[in-house]
Amino acid sequence: MAVPVMTQLETKLSAEHIHMTFTRDGKSTPVLNDVNLEVAKGEFLCIVGPSGCGKSTLLSAIGGFLSPTGGEIRIDGETVRGPDPRRIFVFQERGVFPWLTVEGNIEFGLFKLAREERARRVAHYIKMVGLVGFEKAYPAELSGGMKQRLEVARALAVNPDVLLLDEPFGALDSITRLIMRGELLRIWREERNTVIFVTHDIDEAVQLADRVAVMSGRPANIQKIVNIDIPHPRDISAPRYLELRNGILEQLGLAHQI
Amino acid sequence: MPHRLIGWLRPIAFVAILLLLWQFAVSRSSTHLLPGPLETLGGVADLVRHGLLLKYVTASLFRVTWGFFLAAVSAIPLGLMIGWYRRAEMALNPLIQIFRPISPLAWIPLAILWFGVGDLSAVFLIFLSCFFPLLLTAINAVQRIPSVYVNAGRNFGLSPAGVVWRVLYPAALPQLITGLRITLGVAWIVVVAAEMIAVNSGLGFLIVDARNAGNRYDLVVAGMAIIGVIGLLLDQGMRSLEKAKALRWDYSED
Amino acid sequence: MNSLAQPAKWERWLWPLVAAALLLLLWNYSVAWTRTKVFPSPLAVERGLAELSRKGLMWAYIGDSLRRVALGFGAAAAVGIPLGLTLGWYPAVNQVVNPVLQMLRPISPIAWIPVAILMFGVGETTPVFLIFLSALFPIVVSCVSGVSGVPAIFRRAGRNFGLTAPQLLARVVFPAALPQILVGLRIALGIAWLVMVAAEMIAVDSGLGYLVIDARNSGKRYDLVVAAMLLIGLIGLALDLCFRRLREIRSIRWGFRDES
Repeated sequence: MAVPVMTQLETKLSAEHIHMTFTRDGKSTPVLNDVNLEVAKGEFLCIVGPSGCGKSTLLSAIGGFLSPTGGEIRIDGETVRGPDPRRIFVFQERGVFPWLTVEGNIEFGLFKLAREERARRVAHYIKMVGLVGFEKAYPAELSGGMKQRLEVARALAVNPDVLLLDEPFGALDSITRLIMRGELLRIWREERNTVIFVTHDIDEAVQLADRVAVMSGRPANIQKIVNIDIPHPRDISAPRYLELRNGILEQLGLAHQI
Repeated sequence: MPHRLIGWLRPIAFVAILLLLWQFAVSRSSTHLLPGPLETLGGVADLVRHGLLLKYVTASLFRVTWGFFLAAVSAIPLGLMIGWYRRAEMALNPLIQIFRPISPLAWIPLAILWFGVGDLSAVFLIFLSCFFPLLLTAINAVQRIPSVYVNAGRNFGLSPAGVVWRVLYPAALPQLITGLRITLGVAWIVVVAAEMIAVNSGLGFLIVDARNAGNRYDLVVAGMAIIGVIGLLLDQGMRSLEKAKALRWDYSED
Repeated sequence: MNSLAQPAKWERWLWPLVAAALLLLLWNYSVAWTRTKVFPSPLAVERGLAELSRKGLMWAYIGDSLRRVALGFGAAAAVGIPLGLTLGWYPAVNQVVNPVLQMLRPISPIAWIPVAILMFGVGETTPVFLIFLSALFPIVVSCVSGVSGVPAIFRRAGRNFGLTAPQLLARVVFPAALPQILVGLRIALGIAWLVMVAAEMIAVDSGLGYLVIDARNSGKRYDLVVAAMLLIGLIGLALDLCFRRLREIRSIRWGFRDES
């Protein structure tokens, strides 16, 4: 469970000895057990694990939507106490507000800014995610992939430090998923936010991340952190890619035997 | 203390507080016309003693049952058919939409003309008030059945009658039962109104009569309370029907 | 969807006209065959309407009825929507208040009449009060249901962007619940229209409901009775259609995906 210490890069987020137990009707279920994690600034980190292992719970805790039963999460040295616009959650596309247009959604979090600044940002991010021409459209008129892009644009518009993505491409078909991964990387390279991306798709993790944190089954902790040392763009048939991917598969295979 | 009982404690406490407030407000008011909760209970006891409570409740329930039953057996099959044939729905929907907003009470003169003053009039009014909502519920229920169900039925070689009995009817049933519950509530409301105007017995009549023959407001409010309680019981009864296992497949939100 | 032949567009006009024509014929001939002296024929009803219009009564009564409904319904919305939103927002409060509401609901507004008359006397306030009371419950119920039906994901997103609780209510919960609230308002309006008729029959001396009773009582003018019923039906339908129009607004339409 040794975590490589980030010496060259600045630490953005640190999670120490995180425990999470859910109590319901008198029964307690431990979900997270002594999770330790450090994320560097501007890093793209993926968290993988089987469904139900607690990775979404961990992400929710990082976002401040849940309080850990034990341990502490710090971002920029400050303890996380609740939701904050500096760390925006991106759900699957069902998180966009159906009663607002594309523009309306993107400027949702910008209520503290002056009008010109708002308009400038909206235009900038519409362009960045490729939704030009759809400014006045309502989400009901958009495809799944477009709604997902809208949600990313909405999240980015407030210039968060950290982007938290919880299986955002899960509802898309596999072709759209491939396209969206490329888009996300492109946007990330421009914006250079810190990204924490939760997925159960190992290929997705190896394609996207700088490092992959592999979680065990319940009660979960981080089994292993794998450094993905392949530069972008990554060739998904290259031997190194397959080697890393298979390594993680085996890692999870072990987890299943407990 | 079991968990479920605790859930009832707070609403009961709230009701108790409201009753106390009511009693307090009445004892403070200068006019002594509006009764408090204790007087109301006295009114209920009075009715029981004179044997009127049972008689009136039975009369009201009798009319509701008949009107509701007749409406259900005529509106539901008709509605299922209309929902099934698009042209029938096209033809009849505008007419139904015009008849629906006409309060059953507006039919009173016609009811009295056709049936005279008495039970039949009241039953007719209740029938009317239940007919259109049930008709629309049935039409809507059929139209919402996913065509995959119907196609599957045809695929397995069902005759048209078979499709109706083994696919349409079970698929529409949950929505029909909800519609029946809501309409029963409407029927209960209408029976009171109908009785106030058109007959000589029943809870609605009690309310009007108690006031006219001596300003017995304790009986008026007693009548209202009884109406409320029975209405609640009817509703709960129908809800437990909805929960029956065979119908539970449609209530994924519960 | 369910019958094999797809009807053509023009059939939308044809069939209702056919049905209406059949109904009128049936009505006319049953009046003629039974030689009833009392029940009016369609023509008699039409003449009755013309008479009402000539005497200026038709529009006056329609205006009175609409005014009462507007006042009662408006008051119910003004009270019911905030109340319903509050109850929906605090489920603990709702759990306490709801059983009381469920018990008051089955009591017909008509049963409230003696109490209403006691409190307000005979006059304009009583019918408006009755309409208010009967419209209040559907509005409150639909607001509660609308608020509690807002997907948690929307509230989460709102909190994530740093919204305070009042901002959350106004910018996320309310728009998300709006389709459901509209459904409640539409149902409430229908009920208000029904109760208006009943209230007018008993407590006032103008309006369409009053006309129904008065036409019979003062001279057995059943042609006017049926004329009044027809007006009640048509105007009630028109009110309902107005509400249906609201559903077309694009920032609300998303909530009505498969309604006819």
